Amino acid sequence: MARESRRVKIALAGIPNVGKSLIFNRLTGGRAWVGNWPGVTVEKKVGTLRVNGAEIEVVDLPGIYSLTAYSVDELIARNFIVEEKPDVVVCIVSAINLERSLYLALSLLELGANVVIDLNMVDLAEKEGYKIDYKKLEFLIGVPVVPTVATTGRGIGKLKETIVKAIHEKKVQARIVDYGRIVEEAISKIEEVIKDLAPELAEKYPARWIALKLLEGDSDIVGKVSKLPAGKEIIDKANQLREILGKKIGDPESYIVKQKYERVLEIVKAVVERVAVPRVSMTDLLDSVLTHKIVGIPLALSAIYLLFRFAFEVSVPLADLVDVAINSYLHDIVLGIHGLPDWLTSFLADGVIAGVGAVLIFLPIIAFFFLGFAILEDVGYMARVAFLVDKVFHKFNLPGKAVIPLIIGFGCNVPGVMAARAIEDENERKTTALIAPLASCNARLPVYLVIGGAVLGASAGFAVLSLYVLGIILALIVGLLLRKTLFKGASSGFIMELPPYMMPRFDNVAIKTWERTKRFLFKAGTVIFLGTVIVWLLSVTGPEGYLGPEALEDPQLLRESWAGILGQLLASTVFSLMGWDWRAAVALFFGFVAKEIVVSSMAILYGVGEEKIVDVIAERHVFTPLTAYAYMAFVLIYVPCIATLAMVRNELGLKYAILALIYEVLLAYIVSLSIISIGSVLGFR
Amino acid sequence: MAKVGRIYRVVRVEGAGLVKRRILDLGLLPGLEIKVVRKAPLGDPIEIVAKGNPISIRKAEAEKIILEEVKG
Repeated sequence: MARESRRVKIALAGIPNVGKSLIFNRLTGGRAWVGNWPGVTVEKKVGTLRVNGAEIEVVDLPGIYSLTAYSVDELIARNFIVEEKPDVVVCIVSAINLERSLYLALSLLELGANVVIDLNMVDLAEKEGYKIDYKKLEFLIGVPVVPTVATTGRGIGKLKETIVKAIHEKKVQARIVDYGRIVEEAISKIEEVIKDLAPELAEKYPARWIALKLLEGDSDIVGKVSKLPAGKEIIDKANQLREILGKKIGDPESYIVKQKYERVLEIVKAVVERVAVPRVSMTDLLDSVLTHKIVGIPLALSAIYLLFRFAFEVSVPLADLVDVAINSYLHDIVLGIHGLPDWLTSFLADGVIAGVGAVLIFLPIIAFFFLGFAILEDVGYMARVAFLVDKVFHKFNLPGKAVIPLIIGFGCNVPGVMAARAIEDENERKTTALIAPLASCNARLPVYLVIGGAVLGASAGFAVLSLYVLGIILALIVGLLLRKTLFKGASSGFIMELPPYMMPRFDNVAIKTWERTKRFLFKAGTVIFLGTVIVWLLSVTGPEGYLGPEALEDPQLLRESWAGILGQLLASTVFSLMGWDWRAAVALFFGFVAKEIVVSSMAILYGVGEEKIVDVIAERHVFTPLTAYAYMAFVLIYVPCIATLAMVRNELGLKYAILALIYEVLLAYIVSLSIISIGSVLGFR
Repeated sequence: MAKVGRIYRVVRVEGAGLVKRRILDLGLLPGLEIKVVRKAPLGDPIEIVAKGNPISIRKAEAEKIILEEVKG
């Protein structure tokens, strides 16, 4: 054996809601490398399966129903299988959605993949009153079938064994579906032509599959065949046969799908055994309330409100603890170290420790928010929220599913931008990623609370709520503009299975919560930390050099620092129409890095501790109610943090990150100025 | 236009591209009986159930599915 033999590689495939990510985690131990498929913003997860000392690469394919050229996800999956030739493709089949799952399994077999079937959720099927004879299924489709329950881990050991065995015993079942005499004759004729004229193509793909795709009129395969020297001849032959078929059986594509489904139904009939009367469908009962004509939408709003309350209430004690531990205890320890130079003590205490604190204080609320969200998602409720709001989103040329990145964005915009990946259509996906930063994240809330609390009095609560609504309205409007200009194209529609309601599964919820929280902690966290250190540096130095840590305590001295000079410049130029104090302007400038540091920089700039900042803003009449509200709107709209921009760049490229930066700043400026001018005309102060 | 609560049989699927193929790939094929279960509160999309599995679909897309009413 050559030492550099290729690594053994397997792929996981399955329709949505079959528990694929849980199986991925069971196989790989949860450690995954996450990236993008080349050229598209579709998530690619790769992990390692270790069995008997061997290391097997596991690639998670997107959740798909079929292998057509119409959707990017399906193209990715089939190209991966054809180009990378994984040793095994594990097709996860849902025991409670057997027909659609097996339809995909047959499509994978036709593509010539070496398939192992993971028959998942067998426990739920039993609960619903039927049993699946998996031995018979194995016999009928000719590849191994392993029953599993991913939530408890039942059958996973057997699945691993079966995968290892299948790596060495390749089984190909490309002829699994018989399409009937008329179509089969046409397939054979095209197959012959391909084998004669394009043997190189027949090596890469099963010739039968190419023939089928040509009969279906698959744009990707037609394109690939046309590029071959003998392409025209093959295509002409296929088109001629398509036409003849069309006269006999109608639309060939519909006919082919129907035949394949009939094969699926035959198999299902043979292997499913009803053992009990099905229970009354819980899902239908719940849906009749949760998507009810009158109470459906109010219930959804309440659910989201409760999500906020939950995250807020539960995290307050923890956040306070973190605050005390870092900003008092740790801070004092550093100040107590003797023999350090002044600047180093200040750097550690006011820069580094303040930076760590700025990140960690937000960790509990964001983690609990994502925990609550993951539960709602796992139960199956978020699909209903998308169903409820689809009509509104449709008016703005977006799918209802775009609501999910926005809600995640309420927690932290970084995973919000990333959640746009779940949207199938490329134009809609890119648009959603670009508008997700307008969702008001947890880091903006303290700014609203401080300024609203200091200036707006009793109407502060209403003002804060209005900002969340404003964020969503602006997101929809910007979304529509993007869909009319940069990302034109028909709507991908909203055909979606509504998954049955289920009890939340601990592993699933834990994984989803951690994956999103992790992005805040590491991606946003690093940037926020660095930002806080930069704020410190710009506040203790100025044109005259190092001013000393006293600058953080003495407002007069602070005026001389870079931060002070910049703020006065901003306040007297671009923000002169807004009537904001120079310190507020500096805080906005620092807030560019992250909203987490707006309040802490204000505290520094006004020379008080964070606990007194509300009083100071109120006493010194820093804002009028009108300028305060305009300021809060500005904080909502302009760049949420550099980490979000970095995420947009990651997902869509530098060009779109710059676009996001420009539109957000311009929009913030326009909206704030409008609030001030319209407000003054209406007589508000 | 299909009515909520009624049962229909699929006659054929019209249209083209992703929408048509997604309808077919979900198994909404000629001969299948489907029930229109409810409309979303704002009137669109609608929820249909085929063989016990609920599917959400916009009205404009559902119009591509040519139906006949099943007399019960």
